[in-house]
Amino acid sequence: MEHSSSSNTTSELTTADDSKATILLMGLRRCGKSSICKVVFHSMQPLDTLYLESTSKPTTEHFSTLIDLSVMELPGQLNYFEPNYDSERLFQNVGALVYVIDSQDEYLNALANLSMIIEYAYKVNPKINIEVLIHKVDGLSEDFKLDTQRDIMQRIGDELLDLGLEGVSISFYLTSIFDHTIYEAFSRIVQKLIVELPFLENMLDNLVQQSNIEKCFLFDVNSKIYVSTDSSPVDIQTYEVCAEFVDVILDLENLYKSTETTGFMDKEMMGVSKLNNGVYIYLKQMIRGLALVGLIRTNTTGNNNNNNFLAVIDYNVDIFKKGLQEIWAHTRLNKQNQISTSSTFVDNTNDPRHNLITSSNI
Amino acid sequence: MSNLNNKKTSNINQSVTNGGRKKLLLMGRSGSGKSSMRSIIFSNYSAFDTRRLGATIDVEHSHLRFLGNMTLNLWDCGGQDVFMENYFQQQKDHIFQMVQVLIHVFDVESTEVLKDIEIFTRALTLLKKYSPDAKIFVLLHKMDLVQLDKRQELFQIMMSKLRDTSTAYGFPEIVGFPTSIWDESLYKAWSQIVCSLIPNMTQYQKNCKEIANIMECRELILFEKTTFLVVCSNEMKYNGDNNTAGLISQQQQQQHNGLDPKRFEKISNIMKNFKQSSVKMKSSSFKSLIMRNSGIYVCELTSNLMCFIVLKDPSQQEQLVLNNIKRIQKYFS
Repeated sequence: MEHSSSSNTTSELTTADDSKATILLMGLRRCGKSSICKVVFHSMQPLDTLYLESTSKPTTEHFSTLIDLSVMELPGQLNYFEPNYDSERLFQNVGALVYVIDSQDEYLNALANLSMIIEYAYKVNPKINIEVLIHKVDGLSEDFKLDTQRDIMQRIGDELLDLGLEGVSISFYLTSIFDHTIYEAFSRIVQKLIVELPFLENMLDNLVQQSNIEKCFLFDVNSKIYVSTDSSPVDIQTYEVCAEFVDVILDLENLYKSTETTGFMDKEMMGVSKLNNGVYIYLKQMIRGLALVGLIRTNTTGNNNNNNFLAVIDYNVDIFKKGLQEIWAHTRLNKQNQISTSSTFVDNTNDPRHNLITSSNI
Repeated sequence: MSNLNNKKTSNINQSVTNGGRKKLLLMGRSGSGKSSMRSIIFSNYSAFDTRRLGATIDVEHSHLRFLGNMTLNLWDCGGQDVFMENYFQQQKDHIFQMVQVLIHVFDVESTEVLKDIEIFTRALTLLKKYSPDAKIFVLLHKMDLVQLDKRQELFQIMMSKLRDTSTAYGFPEIVGFPTSIWDESLYKAWSQIVCSLIPNMTQYQKNCKEIANIMECRELILFEKTTFLVVCSNEMKYNGDNNTAGLISQQQQQQHNGLDPKRFEKISNIMKNFKQSSVKMKSSSFKSLIMRNSGIYVCELTSNLMCFIVLKDPSQQEQLVLNNIKRIQKYFS
């Protein structure tokens, strides 16, 4: 997986090519933008982010998971509405605007700033997704979190109403870098930018139904963001366990990586762990730095042919992987041919879901 | 790979002499991190959680069963001067009798090094009187607060000083470790401390080696199940007395097989974290972890041992490996 970060000058960054989905990370100074970037994309320890210096230049990072994603971080102290700053082009190329609000600080300034940005961005690019992270909630008590969220939502709603912008939909997330909420929030933000998402979800649903998997995620191995999951509700604890499992497998793999073979992922990673209460956690590497992690619950009462159902899952997951490869090949092809992407592959005739076998038949 | 069924490997249990109760004293000045260590190793705290721990009042006892027949009585002695004075005066026969192991913790950031050492010598004097056979371990704790390039030097200076002191008080063989709760060094230290208490260690090692040969393992490590401390492996000798040469032999080992010399502790750390997160799934612990394509198998061996196997050839049949693991269980039960 490519993993490059660079600090660009503004002229370069505004000419980012359109094939990349871009996330713009904004917020007042010291609200925690760089920390978020470091923790999510560079797996820095949350406590180490205390020593980060103030960001002075816009920085961009590129990631290629299933989609090519770039995250652009803007310094907080800049004023984007100075006439010499080309903010119009900046907002035009952006898929999502993520605004970070420090919930432990006085946030009225941030809200004023936000509504100004929304007004401008929405005018330039009405299709932009606006996401608000109510950040650093780890220091707030449970009641206070909800109060803060309600207060912020209310105030922004009022502000936008005053500005005459009623159709803007804004999503709110309560986040902290000290737990998994930030990954969860970023997962949802990234998912909005993936045009193939409904199809992916559908494939995962099929896989889950046919193989008795309780819940499965498609993880980006390096950042632990999940690109997609099946349509059953996400339980944060399940997510945490699955994310940790990715780490366990990666770490163990790295310890015993044979030195002769230089390529990191020449061998497909996979791992199965059995827990005491009959739960299995299953991981298999997919394409492009993605890994499928599933949670399988078996009835503990005397079902000894475990290898049978794991074989079924193996088989089905392989088919799922082929499906993924096909999707990716198609999107690539489409982009090269400059055809509009979103709908061409849905009527894919050799749909892999027909090949799935059901574990109930065995 | 041959089948283990017909091979003769002597059973651990036959040579078990009942280890009985072991008394471990955990001492050191107040704030040096004694209770934090204990909570991480034996009570599944994360390093972050130890912030909540307050000062230990007097002595806190904990009894831990280790490898089935061994009971560790850990005496966590609160380190404030009032309590310390009390241990050395009124309670001295109570505290220092029948001690198997003294673990003395030094805070590397401490400003009163001389006072730290003075307390160490007082403990040694009483130990000489009441239990002269005790083993002494010293831990230079909070090493994460020292710059990376200065750690080794600081450790050497401190150790030579402590070794001189302890020799003068009749304990010529002390073993020291640099530790920190924020990395895996803590597991290394405690693994060796606890392993020095296991009576039939040689038997474990012999079995380990033979089984690793028969199963064609690149590596076979045995872990204690609840604490995930390393008991033994097919390669390294895990007892305290070769520690002075530890650094050199580890370097050689790394050149020899190209593996990370800290891997044992890292595995302890990784698996323990995973165990904690699997608790969230309302399961007490995990049973097995199989990474088929890389030939890594982690399985329960007995009610208190986990084995960690890395195969030389990952393409071996999974079922065969699992069967063999089932067969070796009886040599460790």
